[in-house]
Amino acid sequence: MSCELTQSVLHGYVDGELDAARAADFERHLVSCAECVAALEAQEALRSSLQRAGLYERAPLTLRKKVRADLGSPAADQIPITAVSRRPSWAWLAIAATFVLAALIGWRLVEMRGARESAYASAIVDAHLRSLQPGHLEDVVSTDQHTVKPWFDGKLDFAPPVRDFAGDGFPLQGGRLDAVGGRTVAVLVYARRKHIVNVFVWPSSGGDAAPRSGSHLGYQWLDWRKDGMEMCAVSDVAAADLDTLQQLFIN
Amino acid sequence: MSAGAEERGSDVLDLQDRARFEQLVLPHLDAAFNLARWLLRGRTDAEDVAQEAMLRAFRFFRGFHGGDARAWLLQIVRNTCYTWLEKNRPLELTTEFDEELYPQPSVTPESLAIAGDNRERLTRALEDLPPHFREVLVLRELEGCSYKEIAAVTSMPIGTVMSALARARQRLLRRLTQPDSAKSQEAKR
Repeated sequence: MSCELTQSVLHGYVDGELDAARAADFERHLVSCAECVAALEAQEALRSSLQRAGLYERAPLTLRKKVRADLGSPAADQIPITAVSRRPSWAWLAIAATFVLAALIGWRLVEMRGARESAYASAIVDAHLRSLQPGHLEDVVSTDQHTVKPWFDGKLDFAPPVRDFAGDGFPLQGGRLDAVGGRTVAVLVYARRKHIVNVFVWPSSGGDAAPRSGSHLGYQWLDWRKDGMEMCAVSDVAAADLDTLQQLFIN
Repeated sequence: MSAGAEERGSDVLDLQDRARFEQLVLPHLDAAFNLARWLLRGRTDAEDVAQEAMLRAFRFFRGFHGGDARAWLLQIVRNTCYTWLEKNRPLELTTEFDEELYPQPSVTPESLAIAGDNRERLTRALEDLPPHFREVLVLRELEGCSYKEIAAVTSMPIGTVMSALARARQRLLRRLTQPDSAKSQEAKR
């Protein structure tokens, strides 16, 4: 006795890649198939092991420098080779020490950036968790973007791009004001199957930026900048779902 | 209009292109390195190959007409990795893309939690998979790519991604839950 769905559809379900109808079909199937339930548990355990293990390996600083040098950018010229050649040998020690110091500083910078990113992730995820408390999710409850958009008028000094994506599987549920990292932000609330996706929006000073993403406490976040707005989607749905939502926003 | 007109200009991208490259492609350097590290199973080789791939991406950048920059870059990284493997470790590529369906291993989340909490063991299990299995897992679980992106990176039809992942995960689970003979004997004492 072997259920063929454990070898196929189950994985689409785990990855959040089934459309709503097929996902619902599979959930009905789960009620009567112990094999799929066991397989689903095993797959979820495998995924959380993989995530907890921290297997992602970031590019080392040396590679970053080499690539920059290849691109001919100014950072490439920062290694002082000409100054080195005529020094007496004892000076090598000082030079070596300088390099060690520079490496340490570089390392600290990388660490600091990591710390900043994780502080950001935890602030966003905290705001997401807060919103899931009863009565905190929406200030304006409406699936109509023409109701939600004017609601923000006069409450903010910017106009968040309010759009309903019901046709693409992300129906708008409403909006609210929130505070993240000491600033007031607009939040658009979307549903994804039975999950809630919060999209935080605030004005950004930089230009458009490609998405950054990560996970914190088991929640996925995906951040991008477009047309002067920074947006960050947070949810417990699969990362791929957030990618889809981001694509909907930028297209 | 001849198609070659654009390429006849200088090989060097102008400043605007470079700025666009730095903005769109360079942020994915971590993704490039991570994929190379797992395909080549080592950081040193990965560093060289990722550097070469970035250079290639830079040269081909005129051919990138918008869309998913990460998937575009990762496709170049993957191709560069396979070319490198063919040249330096051809044996690693001879493992066939196994079509056999194995029975579902009997795994309890508890037993997996114990096996999977060991980072070293997970790393070894992942590295033991044939490259075609390893890459879909790395793209999905570490890089968080969607099926569509995985299809774009690996040139696999999108319909095949799900079954490739299914087989890869099955293998990884089996590999992780195989009793580690030495350890389990010690545990019995």
